[in-house]
Amino acid sequence: MESVLGRYRNLTILVGVLFLQLLGLAVQVKRSADAQNTRLIRIWAVDTITPFERALVWAQNGSSNLWHNYFFLRGVRAENRQLKQQIEQMRLEQVRLSEDAGQARRLQQLLAFREQVIAKTVPAQVIGSSGSDLSQSIYIDKGSNEGIKPDMAVITANGIVGKVLHVYDSTAQVLMINDQTSGVGAMLEKSRLQGVLKGTPDGAVILERVMSDEKVAPGDTVLSSGGDQIFPKGLPVGTVTKVSAGREMFLKIEVKPAADLSRLEEVLVVTEKQEQNAVVDNAGRVRAADILAQRLPSVPDKPVVDAAAAGASVNVKVGAGQGANAATLETPAKGSASKPVAIEHSGTPSIVKVSNGGSSATANAGANAATAGNASPKASQVPAKIVPKAASSDAVPTSSSAGAAKSNVAGAPAKPLIETPKAPVTQPSPPPPSVADDPH
Amino acid sequence: MPITYTSGEQIEVYRFSIPVTVGVPLLALFLQAFVPRRFPFFSIFDLPLLVTIFFAMARRNPVSGLFTGAAIGLVQDMLGAYPIGIYGIAKTVVGYGASSLGAKLDVENAGARLLVTLGFYLVHAAVYFAVARGMVNMTLNWSWSRGILAGLANAVLGVGLYFLLDKFKQRT
Repeated sequence: MESVLGRYRNLTILVGVLFLQLLGLAVQVKRSADAQNTRLIRIWAVDTITPFERALVWAQNGSSNLWHNYFFLRGVRAENRQLKQQIEQMRLEQVRLSEDAGQARRLQQLLAFREQVIAKTVPAQVIGSSGSDLSQSIYIDKGSNEGIKPDMAVITANGIVGKVLHVYDSTAQVLMINDQTSGVGAMLEKSRLQGVLKGTPDGAVILERVMSDEKVAPGDTVLSSGGDQIFPKGLPVGTVTKVSAGREMFLKIEVKPAADLSRLEEVLVVTEKQEQNAVVDNAGRVRAADILAQRLPSVPDKPVVDAAAAGASVNVKVGAGQGANAATLETPAKGSASKPVAIEHSGTPSIVKVSNGGSSATANAGANAATAGNASPKASQVPAKIVPKAASSDAVPTSSSAGAAKSNVAGAPAKPLIETPKAPVTQPSPPPPSVADDPH
Repeated sequence: MPITYTSGEQIEVYRFSIPVTVGVPLLALFLQAFVPRRFPFFSIFDLPLLVTIFFAMARRNPVSGLFTGAAIGLVQDMLGAYPIGIYGIAKTVVGYGASSLGAKLDVENAGARLLVTLGFYLVHAAVYFAVARGMVNMTLNWSWSRGILAGLANAVLGVGLYFLLDKFKQRT
């Protein structure tokens, strides 16, 4: 026996080493809590490698920041100007979207829907990867010391990234959505079809479990469905790039991840999610009037405002509920320019309807109603005015076409919507209820 | 100068200093974990595998080669997301095979190194997939085109890397 072992010494050692490793592997496979079984060993490896990675990332970021923040500032002014314009466009777009969102929330509230919201996130920096093209995972510089736990969602502003797999004191390993062993509940935004998002051997992402008789087109947006209990519903996942027949009766849908998984630098770890009933939140509502007010530096503080000009399509609601008069300018995103201007007061007889298509103007305002009357001499077709004192109401278009306002709300290029009022305006009588008292 | 005689040929056996023996594999593991984050295409390379093949072929000792492969593979497993041991087993086999081959063939020239590296890359991938699918029940899919391409890329990089690492060789 000894002679046999001596003769095949190398082979015997090879078999022994392989056997030991297979045994270790079998133990890990049998016990489901792999992270706990091998935690100590992994900590050694991670603690050996990550300090160097941290140091390199720190040095790299330092030099990069020095260059970008101090030396390479060419074109910043132009970029700043461009970004400001972009912000204005987006804020106007936000008005329209917030209206839609508000409506959706109201409906959800009516139906007693429960929604999951991201309550708390921890920003983290990516410091390394798994070091294998077969395992798509990254290391972040936050760990259990910062409250990171396994199975927490990791996202960026663009979309989801993955979930926390292993957590150490000051680092954590994140399994990305393009790993072959990952699985994310996802759905198509338009059709609401649900499937499972998985990674492929070459690091791509596919959506599985969508029946082949469903219609899916390249360009469709994919969102998280919330079915995996990790990612809150509705987070952007990616865009469909290719649709082909898959195995059995399912489609193979290739998805381009919304987050650039190959170039991640900073991520957010969702450390706290809250489940709550849908709430209609009016506090943070941004009104078109507010947006417009900020775009009008030349408008005086207390102007008399024309509700509409010729061809206008502006709805002005004057609410007098709870003693507070509210004036909200609603600029429909999509509507006909020929629609009448409607000024509504939600209190006692206070609805002022103004049709500016011709000459008709209906005023049914009571004692505390907003008044409507003929506008400035020059703007003879403008049939109604509101006398707001609040800054926000000051923004109601004066001599401009509200149709222009409409186009801007819909996301048109940011141009000055309203010219500085030149025409004298007349104060209607009797004095209306002080819209200026509007707390909004 | 001690010479190991194998199959009637005179083949030199090399050894390495301790800093090189420890530092080069660690550097390879570090670069493998860090560089793909900045340069995603780099993930196609397997530096730890190349280092395993180099040390195994230079030492020409199967026991030394398999232990080198096992150590490097296990550390690589620890940094990954999958159970520990898959890379360990694959690199143990490669380390043993490369050192056994190195003891029988002259693998000093670039052409031989290219072919040997390509071959061992495929052997490594085959063992890895066999263990991952057969034992861990992972749903990995093998892509021949990607496998061959990655093998060639690693072989080309390996040839350059081996010539660089040749400078650390010490004759026994």
